[in-house]
Amino acid sequence: MLAPPSPVTVEIIVNGTPRRACVEPRTTLVDFLREHLGLTGTHIGCEHGICGACSVLLEGEPVRACCLFALQVEGLSVTTVEGLAPARGELSRLQNAFCEAHALQCGYCTPGMLIACHDLLARNPRPSEEEIREAIGGNLCRCTGYQQIVDAVKLASGQEAAHG
Amino acid sequence: MKAAPFAYVRAESLDHALDLLAAYGGEAKPIAGGQSLVPMMAMRLARPALLVDINRLPALKGVAVGPRCAVMGATTRQRAVEEDAALHRAVPLLRAALAWVGHVQTRNRGTVGGSLAHADPSAELPLAACVLDATLVLQSRAGGERRLSAADFFLAPMVTAAEEAECLTAIEWPVWEGPGVACAFEEVAIRHGDFAMAAAACQIQLDADGVCRRAALGLGGVAGTPLAFPDLAAQLEGRRIHERLAQEVAEAAAARSEPGSDTHADAEYRRHLAAVLLRRVLLRAAGAPARAPI
Ligand code: FES
Ligand code: FES
Repeated sequence: MLAPPSPVTVEIIVNGTPRRACVEPRTTLVDFLREHLGLTGTHIGCEHGICGACSVLLEGEPVRACCLFALQVEGLSVTTVEGLAPARGELSRLQNAFCEAHALQCGYCTPGMLIACHDLLARNPRPSEEEIREAIGGNLCRCTGYQQIVDAVKLASGQEAAHG
Repeated sequence: MKAAPFAYVRAESLDHALDLLAAYGGEAKPIAGGQSLVPMMAMRLARPALLVDINRLPALKGVAVGPRCAVMGATTRQRAVEEDAALHRAVPLLRAALAWVGHVQTRNRGTVGGSLAHADPSAELPLAACVLDATLVLQSRAGGERRLSAADFFLAPMVTAAEEAECLTAIEWPVWEGPGVACAFEEVAIRHGDFAMAAAACQIQLDADGVCRRAALGLGGVAGTPLAFPDLAAQLEGRRIHERLAQEVAEAAAARSEPGSDTHADAEYRRHLAAVLLRRVLLRAAGAPARAPI
């Protein structure tokens, strides 16, 4: 039989800074960020990989932070929505476009949407409407509707939004 | 929902992982990408006492494309497979299947071996493995290496032939030599990226006259395991795949499916979907521009 698991110290590079905390092995990355580091920008919706609200960049690639245990990403670098802005008090071009195009209402899905769209624009600076829809296919929004989110990404990429 | 408590060990080598699996048997589970296992643990459908993290073992990652088969480490990321041009030329059905798997966020993390070991009967990669008759390589401390065909690996929903102490380490995908290979994959799901209510896949090889020389086809989501139909595929060989032939073969395959019913679709509807989708993939592959020879 195994001994009951005891908490362990884990270090993860979050938004460029090494951060440590003592966690139970079952602590997910999203709980590590929110509960242990106080970074509440990353949201939790379903907690089992359906909604995308918890999306963060792991080594630059979008992943679901509820479907990873913090221990699995020890020593790796994570970027949360707090790390997308160029400087404190500023917003990124994409974040500004979200405001401009009314791409958020309650804001619950927004951090995940921003991570997914940030990744898309990094890979593909002028995505088509279809590519944008594909990129946010794993993120649920229950109130804004997706059209304004698509418009915001077009705006951020310097393209005319189809539905102004 | 939070996972039940468990202990966690990051394996330092494959031997280390196999030792742990041998010592703790049914209490331990290997974890790589975790995109199937972690949700199962969050819902407490899985409660391993020990997670053995095999994700960082270089020996289990990567793809080597040979003339007869492409050998893939079990923890190769789905996204890496999707983006591998040489692998795409060698085993075109993989990218076609992956277009339906989850979302960017899950494919970045999810592994091919993880999806196979999870053995959801409506998942796309198990269907591709059955259609192409891939070989799954399992390793354990006591038993060494064991090789199983996909048809022998998948036993029932979420049940595989892997023993508790065994770890899936590699997958061998057959490479079809020569020109004229084409494939297609289609499914119907509640939303794109979800598991399929029904899925159909085929890979065919046409000669210069458009006559089918080799074929493989199957259905997902309509039985306890993915279904491949080598005998029906053989009926296509030596013939041109036209509308009526595709319809006959698709109906024969769908008639052998054993779909279940749930809130999303009843069995009759799933069987109907299976026939429509299979006919469609056969016609699409037969009409699609074939890939250049290997
Ligand atoms: S909270 Fe992670 S996908 Fe919903
Ligand atoms: S803004 Fe409310 S869920 Fe998307």
